[in-house]
Amino acid sequence: MRINCPHCGERSLDEFSYLGDAVVRPDPASPNAQDAFYAYGYERANVAGPMQELWYHAAGCHAWLVVTRDTRTHEISEVKSAQEVALARQKVAGTAQ
Amino acid sequence: MPRSDRYSIFSVFLEGLRGQTGWGPAWRKASPKPSYDVVIVGGGGHGLATAYYLAKRYGLTNVAVVEKGWIGSGNVGRNTTIVRSNYLLPGNIPFYEMSMKLWEGLEQDLNYNAMVSQRGVLNLYHSDAQRDAYARRGNAMRLHGIDAELLDREAVRSMYPWLNYDSARFPIQGGLLQRRGGTVRHDAVAWGYARGADRLGVDIIENAEVTGFRLDKGKITGVETTRGFIGANKVGLAVAGNSSRVAAMAGLTLPIESHVLQAFVSEGIKPLIDGVVTFGAGHFYVSQSDKGGLVFGGDIDGYNTYAQRGNLPVVEDVLEGGMALMPRIGRVRLLRSWGGIMDMSMDGSPIIDRTPTEGLYFNGGWCYGGFKATPASGLCFAHLIARNEPHEVARAYRLDRFRTGHMIDEKGMGNQPNLH
Repeated sequence: MRINCPHCGERSLDEFSYLGDAVVRPDPASPNAQDAFYAYGYERANVAGPMQELWYHAAGCHAWLVVTRDTRTHEISEVKSAQEVALARQKVAGTAQ
Repeated sequence: MPRSDRYSIFSVFLEGLRGQTGWGPAWRKASPKPSYDVVIVGGGGHGLATAYYLAKRYGLTNVAVVEKGWIGSGNVGRNTTIVRSNYLLPGNIPFYEMSMKLWEGLEQDLNYNAMVSQRGVLNLYHSDAQRDAYARRGNAMRLHGIDAELLDREAVRSMYPWLNYDSARFPIQGGLLQRRGGTVRHDAVAWGYARGADRLGVDIIENAEVTGFRLDKGKITGVETTRGFIGANKVGLAVAGNSSRVAAMAGLTLPIESHVLQAFVSEGIKPLIDGVVTFGAGHFYVSQSDKGGLVFGGDIDGYNTYAQRGNLPVVEDVLEGGMALMPRIGRVRLLRSWGGIMDMSMDGSPIIDRTPTEGLYFNGGWCYGGFKATPASGLCFAHLIARNEPHEVARAYRLDRFRTGHMIDEKGMGNQPNLH
């Protein structure tokens, strides 16, 4: 498995470390924060199939990446910088308001 | 009924004279009945052990085990066969020690040769801090009546003179030895429990994959399988590796991620290593099979996966660990390597508990340590299903412990399954 880092190009797996399910950290001020943080911390996605996950390019550019990968085949269909993904999500949230 | 059904020196002798014609199959190829008192999903070691103890100790014989493939096709036939009870935390120690005691009596109990070999498990330490941590672990074990010996460098050298004692970076300072630990023939564990359960009336239904659960007013009434619907008053899940997928069919989200653990076997060589040795500065553990192959492994790959194969960085890491510990294996060729899917729980410890669905019980989250737990897991799960309350030594393995903060985190890694 090699990950195509948007900043560094295609690199070996051992340059990256893994955080798992690429969900957004809940809002600590929300009324259901306790349940939301429990789910965030312990009930992470464990799908058999395409999954969005966070990888950190520790031995490279130090960027956090959102990688879309099929957990049945290890095939990677998309790699984006986490910053880009977060900004896009903010934009969507902004339009919704 | 076959002429020879019980293994003994007499039946072996008799069948030797009669051309081995009197043996029957070790278990029947059962077809599903319309309903059972208990259906166990998963015909691996834990599922079969559960069915065996349900029948043997709790008197429940109207039981079926449904297995999507064939008996022993999952992790029970794919692990590195090590058994030990060298744990540190209160929630774990009594459970794993009960498992160790069950291993010690397993062959007589099952009348099946599982090749239980208490050849000793030696965990090496390479620094003062690690020695202190191992001394603490050994003391915790001894306080629970479990054997543990802290060895110095010379004592280790007398056991394994050919390890690399001259490594500048990771000098071997000594080791923590559990002499009662060792290895067990993994396939025989599955076959022995299957045979034992079958003899007590349990139906073992192979090639039946569960595709859904049927509920009535929040209570389980049976399982949908590829061989049709099977009714059940109680259903127990023992499908580690695929727990999240199967539990999702019952609307349950688990604190588990599925990861791959790789294992390796070398070509057969002459007897070299008569126990189990682990390298404390990396992650490498090794024993030698009776066929002569070195059986070894290391860390999980560290990312979610359901593919039963790993990647090369971990292969390299494991082999580097092996070379650091025992440079003389450098010219030995690898025979094969493979990967199995582990239920990695969020604290590195298992779950044996009721679920919010009445009549549905869960057993999983074994991380990469499920094999050694097989007998105790089966017994405790059987107890839970039969009595609807946890067995004394498995009380800590609750499903809700992550919410209430009662984690059993042997490694102190927090909720990062890939670090346990």
